[in-house]
Amino acid sequence: MTNFFVNGKAVQVDADPSTPLLWVLRESLGLTGTKFGCGMALCGACTVHLEGKAIRSCVAPVSRAEGKHVTTIEGLSSDLTHPLQKAWIELDVPQCGYCQSGQIMSAAVLLAEIHKPTDKDIDEAMGGNICRCGTYSRIRQAIHRAAELSAGGRTR
Amino acid sequence: MSAPAMVGRREFLKTGAAVGGGLLVSWSMPLGVAGAGAGKAGAAENQVALNAFVRIGTDESVTVISSHSEMGQGIYTSLPMLLNEELEADWSKIRVEAAPVDKVYNHPLFAMQMTGGSTTTPGEWEHYRKMGALARTMLVSAAAQEWKVDAASCQVDKGVVLHRTTGKRATYGSLATAASRITPPAEVKLKDAKSFTLIGKSTRRLDTPSKTNGSAQFGLDVSLPGMLTAVVARPPVFGGKVAKVDASDALKVPGVKAVEQVESGVAVIAERFWPAKVGRDKLVVEWDLGPNAGLSTEQMLRDFAEQAKTPGTVAKKAGDPESALKSAAKTLTAEYDVPYLAHAMMEPLNCVVDLRANSCEIWTGTQFETVDRARAAEVAGLAPEKVQIHTTLLGGGFGRRANPASDFVREAVQVAKVAKAPVKVVWTREDDLKGGWYRPMWHDRFAAGLDANGEPVAWTHTIVGQSIALGTLFESFLIKNGVDDASVEGAADLLYGIPNMQVDLHSPKIGVPVQWWRSVGHSHTGFAVEAFLDEVAHAGGKDPYELRRKLLANQPRMLAVLELAAQKANWGAKLPPGVGRGIAGHFSFDSYVAQVVEASVGKDGAVRVHRVVCAVDCGTVINPDTVKAQMEGGIVFGLTAALKTEITLKDGKVEQSNFHDYQMLRIFESPKIEVYIVPSSANPTGVGEPGVPPVAPALTNAIFAVTGKRVRRLPIRASDLAEA
Repeated sequence: MTNFFVNGKAVQVDADPSTPLLWVLRESLGLTGTKFGCGMALCGACTVHLEGKAIRSCVAPVSRAEGKHVTTIEGLSSDLTHPLQKAWIELDVPQCGYCQSGQIMSAAVLLAEIHKPTDKDIDEAMGGNICRCGTYSRIRQAIHRAAELSAGGRTR
Repeated sequence: MSAPAMVGRREFLKTGAAVGGGLLVSWSMPLGVAGAGAGKAGAAENQVALNAFVRIGTDESVTVISSHSEMGQGIYTSLPMLLNEELEADWSKIRVEAAPVDKVYNHPLFAMQMTGGSTTTPGEWEHYRKMGALARTMLVSAAAQEWKVDAASCQVDKGVVLHRTTGKRATYGSLATAASRITPPAEVKLKDAKSFTLIGKSTRRLDTPSKTNGSAQFGLDVSLPGMLTAVVARPPVFGGKVAKVDASDALKVPGVKAVEQVESGVAVIAERFWPAKVGRDKLVVEWDLGPNAGLSTEQMLRDFAEQAKTPGTVAKKAGDPESALKSAAKTLTAEYDVPYLAHAMMEPLNCVVDLRANSCEIWTGTQFETVDRARAAEVAGLAPEKVQIHTTLLGGGFGRRANPASDFVREAVQVAKVAKAPVKVVWTREDDLKGGWYRPMWHDRFAAGLDANGEPVAWTHTIVGQSIALGTLFESFLIKNGVDDASVEGAADLLYGIPNMQVDLHSPKIGVPVQWWRSVGHSHTGFAVEAFLDEVAHAGGKDPYELRRKLLANQPRMLAVLELAAQKANWGAKLPPGVGRGIAGHFSFDSYVAQVVEASVGKDGAVRVHRVVCAVDCGTVINPDTVKAQMEGGIVFGLTAALKTEITLKDGKVEQSNFHDYQMLRIFESPKIEVYIVPSSANPTGVGEPGVPPVAPALTNAIFAVTGKRVRRLPIRASDLAEA
């Protein structure tokens, strides 16, 4: 049994402790917003927060979450009001959308750490997240926009 | 889905297909697989179908049924825009839902239900508007009958029918049931373009909210009660077979339920993905590698180059290229190579199958419903009508999910047969990259003859590469006189005015499964033709942009995009030291695209792309922001192929396995992209693919401009460009 918190709620999971957190979230807890892309921490589609840090859940054994707080895309906001979600919608960032949960979760940690990130900050924080549809230029714009929104900027 | 709901859906289809009598149906779809939007749209609400493409709810919701798959290209927004341009419901009430499989949802241009070839908007342009107009006519007639007024005296505005003189008004939701009993007219007049209120206006995508909070449902997210999960061990060489399996260790993994042989390999069936995957790692399989165990892409490169020296099947001939080459003031030849490429959609392939004695239900992200259903029915031993496919959102398609053999669907039905329970077959990234169905490897050999003024008067192009259509059910449709059109598209239909030209083709048969990959044949011809034309320009002492302008004198639309891209990129203006500029244009999927790339090359040969300027003429634009997004995405897709990816085989085995050795372009390598759309009132043409072909040649032409080195083989290798 592994006990931890997901999006603020206590959960108890009966899975082999070596099972990657990704599959526990998706299959045991039904939180399918976190995606499987590579299984080797190469693409970032599975990015979630563990104690506020971005991790690749496809290579993190669920045992690593014991007693800790995990946040998934479903826990980012209950009503699409996170500045990143607003910016993503405003700029219509997603195409197929499959990688976007991971993109947003990586960006959320970036914005929490650096309120007004530069392009270079974005390159460094987002370099581990692949988008095959090629939405990178919009991801960059949307992170800048979310930073503005967080700082109290008015919606365009 | 429950049995009564299935029956309801079929009844609806029978009736809806005729567009005639509507039918009140109660929808009870499983939550989440209803399509995009909030995931619950259309579920368990009383809705009235006015035809097979639109239902109106008593809550005023309007559900547009998409007969095409959403794989990122924005069709779940563009099709509702087309329909609602005529229906004139309140846009904020629009929902979208994937169509079931039925003839009524066949692509208007093809006799099957499918999404591909950048043909959805061109194919549905009139159809979806007509469906909206018919539904509106029925709603207005219902109101007019009730009010006993002339329908022509009624107006519509945002989901409300109005009669100004009497002041009567009624909402679509309140009229829907009565409207469904009205026989629609046989013909209906569509709006003139100048009256459009939605078409041509950038409109936010309906699926974006669900793609920012995790609620969007892809195939991999589908879960059924009692469902098992399977992974399949497939042969390490294409065409290989299982010789012997030792499953004893796999079966010891807690959660593994069964290990079964299927046509494609050995399926490990478990309660969940992880035990299935761990179980597969513990399988000991002896493979009979079969006839392809000696395949090597290095050898194929040499073989293709040899074959290109011999004449192939002529695909196009104009004038007398042979004599023109002989009499030319100057000649040049060059050879180009591009590798096999995997689609590498972010969502690996997967397919959920619930196979019962008398029915088969499939949930998957597919581009090829009609073909998949036929194949699934064959495997299941059922009539096709007993098979239903629920098309989920696709986590990328790029052609891979339009498999001519329905490989991932057939296999999943086979697994379901042995699993004896609902089952989800999941492909890992390694399975996906090693699984074949690649963009073919191609070799292009050119010769050009220039006149005394340095202008090209002769052009020959010999192409070597596998036919995609050969051996598929599309063979007779796509291969004419021994030429697979997809092998020569973008080469045999050159827009340039060169008087003497020939394009010929060799289609070697090789045991590597190949498939259409975003922009298909254009993905190699666009590169090779536009890169060689740059060589021709330089050989004749011409500016590559000016030479193209001259050769396109009779092609006003191509000329216009070329000039727009050049103008926006300040063609000819000075660049910072070390930065080069290259240009290319390409006509594909009936659209015209030109791109200018600015790039630099480091001392170590590393290429950096700074800026891409893109101009596109795709006829009438439905959603301008979607056109821009598709150009942006096509450019990144094309740059990934130019700079990063190749699938190679050694001893018959694919050498790549995951994103460390099949690398994607990342955000820090992604250039600034500007997209400009040429206004047009022509019918809409393709958008999903035409952004891809010009970027690789524009880049290699830019590399030449800054280094003087020609890149004739993709992906671009730093070692070829490094300073000595």
